[in-house]
Amino acid sequence: MSTLTYAVRDSKTMLRRNLIHMLRYPIALMLVGIPVILLLLFVYVFGGTLGAGLGGVSGGRAEYANYVLPGILLITVACAAQGTAISVAMDMTEGIIARFRTMAIFRPSVLTGHVLSSMIQTMLGLAVVIGVGLLVGFRPTANAIEWVAATGVLAMITLAVIWLSVACGLVTKSVETASNLPMPLILLPFLGSGFVPTDSMPAAVRLFADYQPFTPVMETLRGLLLGTAIGNNAILAVAWCVVITLASYLWAKKLYNRDPSR
Amino acid sequence: MATATSRSAIAIAVTGLRKSYGDNVVLDGIDLHIAEGTIFALLGPNGAGKTTMVQILSTLIGADGGHVRIAGRELTQEPDAVRDLIGVTGQFSAVDNLLTGEENLNLMADLRHLARTEGRRRTADLLAQFELTEAGKKQAVTYSGGMRRRLDLAMTLVGDPRIIFLDEPTAGLDPRSRRTMWQIIRDLVASGVTIFLTTQYLEEADQLADQIALLDHGRLIAEGTPDELKRLIPGGHIRLQFADLHGLESAARAFAESTRDDDTFTLQVPSDGGVRSLRALLDQLDMASIEVDSLSVHTPDLDDVFLTFTGQPDTERATVR
Ligand SMILES: Nc1ncnc2c1ncn2[C@@H]1O[C@H](COP(=O)(O)OP(=O)(O)OP(=O)(O)O)[C@@H](O)[C@H]1O
Ligand SMILES: [Mg+2]
Repeated sequence: MSTLTYAVRDSKTMLRRNLIHMLRYPIALMLVGIPVILLLLFVYVFGGTLGAGLGGVSGGRAEYANYVLPGILLITVACAAQGTAISVAMDMTEGIIARFRTMAIFRPSVLTGHVLSSMIQTMLGLAVVIGVGLLVGFRPTANAIEWVAATGVLAMITLAVIWLSVACGLVTKSVETASNLPMPLILLPFLGSGFVPTDSMPAAVRLFADYQPFTPVMETLRGLLLGTAIGNNAILAVAWCVVITLASYLWAKKLYNRDPSR
Repeated sequence: MATATSRSAIAIAVTGLRKSYGDNVVLDGIDLHIAEGTIFALLGPNGAGKTTMVQILSTLIGADGGHVRIAGRELTQEPDAVRDLIGVTGQFSAVDNLLTGEENLNLMADLRHLARTEGRRRTADLLAQFELTEAGKKQAVTYSGGMRRRLDLAMTLVGDPRIIFLDEPTAGLDPRSRRTMWQIIRDLVASGVTIFLTTQYLEEADQLADQIALLDHGRLIAEGTPDELKRLIPGGHIRLQFADLHGLESAARAFAESTRDDDTFTLQVPSDGGVRSLRALLDQLDMASIEVDSLSVHTPDLDDVFLTFTGQPDTERATVR
């Protein structure tokens, strides 16, 4: 068998291992609670006022439910990232990792197993959040192709953020720290166009909001799901995702290949 | 160094191996040659560097210097080729706690790239061999220490490694499990496998090993077969306890080479601890009509070994450290 077939086979084996972990200890899925609560909070508590501020025709709560959903989706991704970092950090303290290191297996497969199983959990979580969104007044205008594209965008940002959180889980020896490292990601939708349009922000915050990676992703999702203008946001979103994924993959791989005694 | 024929018979060749953690020199120039199909025991007190040695030889961590060849392959040049040949059971449990015993073994079979049916059959065989068939359906987190140890070794054996590293394989096992483990190790060697094991028990090394080396302060301070080493250790004796000074005195006269302790009324008579010498001693006591309160046989232990080779017992050294 060639190296590639081994790489695929080992990754599949590790994915199976991580899926069993997921069923018996579903960390990332537990974190779906936070975005759902935020969604309810923002639609029912703040939605009336914030929605009026958007200045649309329908106004109020209904309009805000549409506006906020892409931001809530990215909060879901950020929460899942935290779960991934925790489970990677916890896994690295397990003795079996030392065993893997003394076996002739495709090395990154330990990591790809985590990434794939986190992807699956996050995509499930996103489906749950969208489902709750539909119940509380989210009314997408997307056709089938736009839904597929939106799913693709969500998958890309999820992959990028999860590779980043795998690296976060590897860079520290303590599970505690690992769970804190991806925390700032949860703030990014707030400091972007997730909850209010960026032009309502003070200049310095707005500068950050306009140029951070989550804003083009949220604008692209908004465009695909609700028919707003996308502009160059789609290209920016894809570019950000590719860059974050590649950089995080290389970083994570380097961290995993460190000599554990140094 | 070695000729073509003798090299193929060397499973593990180590020259000038060095490793430090900061200022702490753990391995300070180790040389070793372990023949194929034999059991090698590395003996040493806590912190001697046994685990460090196993970790280096099994490709887990890097060394600071020296060369290691495993089955003729340079460790640093072809780590994956070496990994294909070896199996490792570390000092600390290396099982996946969330998986069942059976799932753990299947995981190993898949990672060793066995065909599916072959892998599942191997799993079933190993579960039976290690008396884990029933427990195999339960998550490893629920296992007792002994069961976990057995699962750990079973996982190492999936894929039939030719060279096996066992870091304190019997630590924490009850006497029966320890004997079972010894038998498993003997069976493995009978099938041609080479075993590198570490232990803190001289008795274990004596029972199993073809070759023993003593590790202390980063150096091998003695090497040889169990008999060679024991011949060098004078620690064996029979300890006689008397009721009063009178008994002690007459016995001390009967055994010229003995050492007496007047405070506790005990006498130490040098002996190899065998049945023959014990009988001779009892006969002699009988003939001289000396009454003995109690008697205990003291065989050389790790302490005696270290006393002999370093001039101080290992326990004292441990506390000094
Ligand atoms: N990761 C590490 N970082 C720093 N020092 C270490 C590390 N691992 C081991 N050491 C040190 O190396 C020395 C040898 O440790 P090692 O675990 O190899 O001993 P050992 O012979 O296996 O002991 P034991 O019988 O207790 O298992 C010890 O002084 C230990 O403190
Ligand atoms: Mg050790």
